[in-house]
Amino acid sequence: MTFINGVKVNLTEEEVEKAKALLGREPNQVEAGMIDVMWSEHCSYKSSKPFLRQLPKEGPRVIVGPGMDAGVVDINDGDVVVFKVETHNHPSAIEPYNGAATGIGGIVRDILCMGARPIALFNNLRFGELRSNHSKWLFEYVVKGISDYGNCIGVPTVGGDVEFDDSYENNCLVNVGCIGLAKREDIVLSVARNIGDILILMGGSTGRDGIHGVTFASRVLTEASEADRPAVQIGDPFTKKLIIEATLEAVKTGYVTGLKDLGGGGLTCAASEMSGAGGTGVEINLDNVILREENMIPYEIMLSESQERMLFVVKPEGVSEITRIFDKYELSYSVIGRVDGSKMVNVYKNGRLVAQVPSRMLSDPPVLNRPVKRPSYIDQLAAVTPPPMPLNLAEVVYKLVGSPNLASKAWVYRQYDHEVGDRTIIKPGQADAAVLRVLGENKAIAAKSDATPSHSYLDPYNGGAGALAESCRNVAVTGAEPLAWVDCLSFGNPENPEVLWSFNETIKGLTDYALKLKIPCIGGNVSFYNEDQVSARVVKPCPVVLTVGLIEDLSYITTMSFKKPGERILMVGLTHREMGGSEYYTFYHNIQGGRAPVVNLDLEAATLKTVLKAVRTGKISAAHDCFRGGIAVSLIEMGMENNLSATVNLNGVGDPDLRFDELLFSESHSRYILTTGEEYLTDVIEIFDENNIPVKEIGVVTDKGRFEFEYKNRRVSCSTRRLRKLYYETIPRYMGVNKWMK
Amino acid sequence: MKIAIIQFPGSNCEYDALHVLRNVLKQDAHLIWHKEFKSDDFDAVILPGGFSYGDHLRAGVIAAYSPAMRYVREMAAEGKPVLGICNGFQILIESKLLDGALLQNNCLTFVCRWVNLRVETSRTPFTRFIKKSSILRIPIAHKEGRYVNTRRRIKELYDNDQIVFKYVNENGVETDDSNPNGSMDNIAGICNLEGNVVGLMPHPERASEAILSPYKTEHGRLIFESLIKYFNGGR
Repeated sequence: MTFINGVKVNLTEEEVEKAKALLGREPNQVEAGMIDVMWSEHCSYKSSKPFLRQLPKEGPRVIVGPGMDAGVVDINDGDVVVFKVETHNHPSAIEPYNGAATGIGGIVRDILCMGARPIALFNNLRFGELRSNHSKWLFEYVVKGISDYGNCIGVPTVGGDVEFDDSYENNCLVNVGCIGLAKREDIVLSVARNIGDILILMGGSTGRDGIHGVTFASRVLTEASEADRPAVQIGDPFTKKLIIEATLEAVKTGYVTGLKDLGGGGLTCAASEMSGAGGTGVEINLDNVILREENMIPYEIMLSESQERMLFVVKPEGVSEITRIFDKYELSYSVIGRVDGSKMVNVYKNGRLVAQVPSRMLSDPPVLNRPVKRPSYIDQLAAVTPPPMPLNLAEVVYKLVGSPNLASKAWVYRQYDHEVGDRTIIKPGQADAAVLRVLGENKAIAAKSDATPSHSYLDPYNGGAGALAESCRNVAVTGAEPLAWVDCLSFGNPENPEVLWSFNETIKGLTDYALKLKIPCIGGNVSFYNEDQVSARVVKPCPVVLTVGLIEDLSYITTMSFKKPGERILMVGLTHREMGGSEYYTFYHNIQGGRAPVVNLDLEAATLKTVLKAVRTGKISAAHDCFRGGIAVSLIEMGMENNLSATVNLNGVGDPDLRFDELLFSESHSRYILTTGEEYLTDVIEIFDENNIPVKEIGVVTDKGRFEFEYKNRRVSCSTRRLRKLYYETIPRYMGVNKWMK
Repeated sequence: MKIAIIQFPGSNCEYDALHVLRNVLKQDAHLIWHKEFKSDDFDAVILPGGFSYGDHLRAGVIAAYSPAMRYVREMAAEGKPVLGICNGFQILIESKLLDGALLQNNCLTFVCRWVNLRVETSRTPFTRFIKKSSILRIPIAHKEGRYVNTRRRIKELYDNDQIVFKYVNENGVETDDSNPNGSMDNIAGICNLEGNVVGLMPHPERASEAILSPYKTEHGRLIFESLIKYFNGGR
């Protein structure tokens, strides 16, 4: 542990020396605190920045790329979509309810401070095995935190995923995403550009809560982490709802020249990043900050991470109109300073200058070039011997459909208001992605956030490429063209070269597929230090990707459920022996190892484009990404909603030497399952043939009440009734609800 | 007909109701901030869903003491149609315009899903033109929607024909499985003695366009259309 002027800082000796050199003197205590938070991993991205530079960020539709609070893409007619994903892992691990709730609060502010109305929320959650009571507790209260906060602010929670894996037992992951909608001219940036503009701090009061939240998030969890519970902020969704309405009304006046939310790093972060980006400076008078507690010192005020606060930069002539809007919503606010040309953050208290640090020194800290090293475990795990084929494959199918990772998540999404806003055309459980309309126009957006840590663990490159590929597939099957994506990367300690190697491989994978599909990354978030000293465990790398696509005609929209008996089932793509990280290996055989599925970049991109073309003919009645749980589970998922079944012959859809279990459960990429009416069969097949994409008619939708799979003269037959029971009952049962939930 | 949709701090379904009334049904509907609401200007009023005042103390209780509710009370007394949806229903209950209580769902969690509602009476402006016993598919989204009252008062609600909607299965039968929150007698919506004040937990404004319905239905719309026809003289 190092010190500056008696203040404990989470920096290395070299960093402390560098800070002193940049400032030209010993920082005082307030300044030491400001440098500490802004140079933390969480705020500075100092370990990840050199790697993140690889990502492709440009495209004709990109309006705002990475670097701002959220990315912005054009969706025609002057409409833009704003989106971002973030983690709130550390707070949720010790206080799941408020940790998750304030995660939602933070991501909503990121969208709002771009001037956009938040219209949809996503979450990707990772917990330890659901058998563990600790995991159940985290799961229950994380979902409750998201539900109470998201429902109250009137933003529907429409998608995401949940997985359980032992590596998350002590470090759960809570990734939260938000999408906003705006008119292009209303977009505001987090910049203080004009000297003389006024700074107004609006929303919640400033207290001692959350001080050092970012430094807490920038180290590994220890036994002492319980004592960090005061570093978890407390959310106030009611105030947030008022802030949303007041902010959007204020932005419409045209007087707001810059806007930033106060999240990690509090006022220090907002003030330095806005003036740093604008090439200006700011003068802040702490006497005007509305405080919740008495006798707060400048150090605490500058570092507080109290929730529900926004910093507005307003043209001087607009102040009265803006404050009139805040008055209407009964929100507290105060003028705390102004923009000046000093290129410094100048902080005053009682008329005395208490801190003076160059804005850029805070907003643009020195990056680190940490070493990388390929972990030795990778080769060992890849070399695992395949298990013998179980005698009764039907029982394997039942077991997998009833596994917590593959079973229906209705227990989760029934607790989320996914309808508010009158935009949700495709709701949770109906398709691979959520679809939200743009009111008053014949267009909609589709979005889905995905990650497959069990693949990433074995092969981070293909795990990264695969996460982007999967989320693009999920968006495309609904009829949407993927436009852009954001990521949220949760890893262990970056000071460990092996962790950083996986990180770099992940970015390489994401980059390569993004370049192939020509789809830019417009923002992201990195969460390191997801490991704890107590169990000495590192989480499996978790690259979450949220992709947004555009549907230009509402008649394209397609869901994943079988619609009626007699429809023909088509298998797109080929299955390979890629069992590593599959749910079949991990859940059924308890094997951590094998070769993870490889993304064939050219084939993946070409298949996606062809599927999209087919869906947009209107001749496809159901479309589903074939991935987790393999062909068997993907087909079964299509039958659950409408209680329909399928009879299929799987000869010729995979490598010729595949065993039946491998064919059923391999999680190879570039595969889809489609249904179509008999009358369209040849037309649809022709679309794939023209583009040299493998496709095969494998069978038919039935109402026989059984799923029947045939391969090389062997048959596996499962009762649909039993499958539905397992699918809809598993999670509720674990959570103490003794009925199925659909 | 001029319809007010009152916006309390924390309301969050007001834009959805406005969208349906104004864009789908082409009505003269207005969002009115609760402090600016005056009853004389309007022919009907809707209290939208959401979390007025953050559900602090108890869902709907603070809004019930808002000055706007004085005017709503006046309109109710004059016989003008008043509709409370979800949190609006909770506000009507808390302001004693409707009888009973809405407690936490028996599953103890928020529930968002599509349900089947059976129309129990055609005497209200909002159901006048829907055939009694019709089944409407409309979603719910709430945590405090379990309707509770004394047995004696429930009997009076039956006697006075004040039960407007009940949760049923797709065949129109009241069952425990079709009751999403544990409401007594599967009650989803009720009205006052005169029938002009109606409250219901489900959200008709989310079920008024086929594109938003998993069943391609537009049953929520029937409730608003009924109001329009009622107002246009079809009593």
